[in-house]
Amino acid sequence: MRVTTTVNGERYDVDDVWEGESLLYMLRERMGLPGSKNACEQGECGSCTVYLDGLPVCACLVAAGQAGGRQVTTVEGLGSAEDLHPVQQAFIAAGAVQCGFCTPGLIVQTHDLLRRDPHPDDAEIREALAGNLCRCTGYEKILDAVRLAAETMSAAPVDDPSGAAS
Amino acid sequence: MEFLAATTLSDALAAKREQPEAVPLMGGTDVMVELNFDRRRPPALLDLTGVRELDEWSMDGDVVRLGAGVTYTRVIEELGQALPGLAMASRTVGSPQIRNRGTVGGNLGAASPAGDSHPPLLAAGAKIELASVTGTRTVSIDDFYTGVKSHAGRPDELITAVLVRSARGPQQFSKIGTRNAMVIAVSSFGLALHPDVKRVRTGIGSAAPTPRRAVEAESFLSSALEEHDLWETRAALADSLVREFGERVKAAARPIDDVRGTAAYRLHSLAVMARRTLGWAWADYAGGTA
Repeated sequence: MRVTTTVNGERYDVDDVWEGESLLYMLRERMGLPGSKNACEQGECGSCTVYLDGLPVCACLVAAGQAGGRQVTTVEGLGSAEDLHPVQQAFIAAGAVQCGFCTPGLIVQTHDLLRRDPHPDDAEIREALAGNLCRCTGYEKILDAVRLAAETMSAAPVDDPSGAAS
Repeated sequence: MEFLAATTLSDALAAKREQPEAVPLMGGTDVMVELNFDRRRPPALLDLTGVRELDEWSMDGDVVRLGAGVTYTRVIEELGQALPGLAMASRTVGSPQIRNRGTVGGNLGAASPAGDSHPPLLAAGAKIELASVTGTRTVSIDDFYTGVKSHAGRPDELITAVLVRSARGPQQFSKIGTRNAMVIAVSSFGLALHPDVKRVRTGIGSAAPTPRRAVEAESFLSSALEEHDLWETRAALADSLVREFGERVKAAARPIDDVRGTAAYRLHSLAVMARRTLGWAWADYAGGTA
């Protein structure tokens, strides 16, 4: 089937989509957007977190067809190698990236947290990231990165490309 | 496989009549896992996320009509006062990403004995609204669960809403798992005080082939509360009464050993959760805040 969807602000018509495949598969394998990572395929790890109509969701649990007519924002839409988002810069600066597989999901989820709550306390950060697994870092550096991102973003606010109505 | 994307309820009902074997799809937190792992190949998916009628809740007198497509996130943010037990259970579901997608209607459709919505809905005395092209009916939650992962809905019907009376007294929910997030309940328990009718209702999760009430424990406790005028005096409950309630809740369960826990642990934990939730709910009631 054909799925027409908007990803990172750009309209796509994607052909030959299998009716049972996930948004994650469509993004990675049919649309050339491999930023969202495929790890558990059951919503357990958060590595495929993307915005769907402004809410962070696991792309592996969204059927590709359910993204039809909707707005998707992936990690690729938050920043680029030349122009990193402050959340991405904070993850690098804090040493919160080791193997990097969980990082895209954590970036999107952190982006959502700081948009809703620019000054989260540690309990709020842990709660917000409870659905994102990292097997390398032990999470301490990730917490550092979120705190750093909150600081830099409140000093210099940035545009919100997530497609949220807020 | 076909992908049927309904945008109105009447379209969705017509599609379900035409293809009763089509699997309804909302947040995908159960159905997509089965597809991703090749465990299920239904002939059709019926996407209901575009059906606006399912995505709303409203008040009819003191009854909340919760559309089947309302997500856990919205239950938590919008219905914490009216449906405190369901909101508590919703906070324990998965992760923020899962709560942004998963729905109470989907939880009922899957009818897993481990589903987090079931104990609070049993305790609150909810009704389930089922619709087909031939009409709409409601089924008491007491008659809804018919077996492991099966329910009273017919193949041509869709779950359209849950009807729950706004809480008249304190409600509590407790769940056992290995961590706070991303846990399928080892066992769970919901309790609701209904002071207006001097009744207590319960719901047991993950400890029988279906979610179920502890009916005998409810009667025992309700009688004891009435006999000692406790609904009026709001006096502290005797420790022996609370313990006996826990034992009777345990007696209502029929758990099995599985990967998440043993039957013996499930029974033990149920008695503890029943005792604790009753203690918390009664403390609220005695404090007169509810």
